[in-house]
Amino acid sequence: MFPELNDLLNTTPDKVEQGKLTLLCDAQTDGSFLLHHFLSFYLRANCKVCFVALTQSFSHYSIVAQKLGVSLTTARERGQLVVLEGLKSSVDVFFRAQEEPHPLQFLRKASAGDLQPLYEFVQEALKPVDGEEAAWRCPVLLMDDLSVLLSLGVGAVAVLDLVHYCRATVCCKLKGNLVALVHDSGGAEDEESNTLLNGLSHQSHLILRVEGLATGFCRDVHGQLTILRRTLSQPTVQGERRLTYQYKIQDKNVSFFARGMSPAVL
Amino acid sequence: KRRPSPSAFSRAVCPPVALPDSVQWEGRSLLKALIKNAALRGDQVHVLGCEVSEEEFREGFEPDVNSRLVYHDLFKDPLNWSKTGEALPGGPLGALRALCGRTQPGPVTIALDSLSWLLFHLPCTTLCQLLHALSHQNACPDGSSPVERVHVLGLIHEELHGPGPVGALSSLAQAEVTLSGMLDQTSAHIVNRRLRQRPTQQTQWFSILPDFSLHLHRVPAREPRPCPPTTQVDPTAHLTFNLHLSKKEKEAKDSLTLPFQFSSEKQQALLRPGPGQSTSQIFYEPDAYDDLDQEDPDDDLDI
Repeated sequence: MFPELNDLLNTTPDKVEQGKLTLLCDAQTDGSFLLHHFLSFYLRANCKVCFVALTQSFSHYSIVAQKLGVSLTTARERGQLVVLEGLKSSVDVFFRAQEEPHPLQFLRKASAGDLQPLYEFVQEALKPVDGEEAAWRCPVLLMDDLSVLLSLGVGAVAVLDLVHYCRATVCCKLKGNLVALVHDSGGAEDEESNTLLNGLSHQSHLILRVEGLATGFCRDVHGQLTILRRTLSQPTVQGERRLTYQYKIQDKNVSFFARGMSPAVL
Repeated sequence: KRRPSPSAFSRAVCPPVALPDSVQWEGRSLLKALIKNAALRGDQVHVLGCEVSEEEFREGFEPDVNSRLVYHDLFKDPLNWSKTGEALPGGPLGALRALCGRTQPGPVTIALDSLSWLLFHLPCTTLCQLLHALSHQNACPDGSSPVERVHVLGLIHEELHGPGPVGALSSLAQAEVTLSGMLDQTSAHIVNRRLRQRPTQQTQWFSILPDFSLHLHRVPAREPRPCPPTTQVDPTAHLTFNLHLSKKEKEAKDSLTLPFQFSSEKQQALLRPGPGQSTSQIFYEPDAYDDLDQEDPDDDLDI
């Protein structure tokens, strides 16, 4: 959890907004630090977290979370965190009977259909249990990342349907939050990726977009973060909605500053 | 008794209005503003909601607007994954057909939120046919049913689709309102198509108040003002020097010989020793330490 990012988003672990879809989008840089932030943020906020981890191993996330002062192993043992390890369980899909349901069932199909089994996994993981209800604040679904699904042959519409259902269940029904990472490949030729990104953007309440500097790599400024607040159906004052900062990733923290205001420059 | 609007006289139906929006300029609040307008006019409003929950859609409307609004929920379980029986029968296609087959007296507004979602799940041709059927459903002039207006409003996220489907849908629409904006001002580019007439285009700046009433701006507050008509300023008006010469000055200028001009008179004057100056001579007295070389330096050249 990066306190400076909390300040920018005007939130703290004690004060969690509910029913929101946050889209993390990275273009020509690695935006996974945002995902690590939200993972540790929601665990600190005492939320029940379902983490669909398709890009890295559990130990990777665990080590990063350790640096940020949160133990994923403990959270998992306490039942606060449910992790779908994509890398591990994708192998399991092939060594089990076809009839047994598996969240990544689509991997076995010749033509990747819908992602209903994955949705059912999420639904099951975040289903309110009678005894637990008091223990955890609100359910949160984190996805790292949705572009991987496209690479695995799932269509953009199928991914959008998955997010639609997750939003209907987690955000609207359970009053929880959804955070998803997606890559912006930037090219107009990658239609599926553009459809996914734009489709998700239309569903999102908050879009955090990180991109590398246009001027290239820099030692003291690692990139630029744009915060775009959207409302799906409420009129807003639009001038306040879009904010841009630059950031520098440090060992255990990320510092944010106004554009051109890097301490190294001033 | 309700007075029919001009469009009701001519056609009795109003073909759909398409509202393309973008990520930055969302169109749902404009859709809601139009719905509020329709509800206050006395229309029965049917909303086919695919993208936001019913609570979220109804949020911000006054009770009298909400009471006129029927929400057909395609958001909760559009593809029948949950199998809880909450899904609309027949999925998106069934929901649209149900709207087509609805027989109710009175003016009706149908809002589709959004056409993008429907386009993802239905073939474009099917959707176009259904939209056509929707907007012409009560046009049968058999006299048995009262002919009433049907307004169809559709929201579409333009960047999600290729030019083909968007073009097909917008050609069905009587009016197309494209949202864009500058800084914090939203603008709507309106293309109005009427039968057998050239489409008219118009740009309208507006803002939507929290109660979803539409506030139109006459002049965009932040639009860069068109440059004031450039009066032809004479660049030679306030010069600190004289640009033109009078005839006399011109003559004086022409008669002047400039120092660098070399004429034959000047040459003669230079060659001829002047009266005041004697023929010049060079006197040379060698110094004691002058290094006078007796040898001819060009001796070896054999000239």
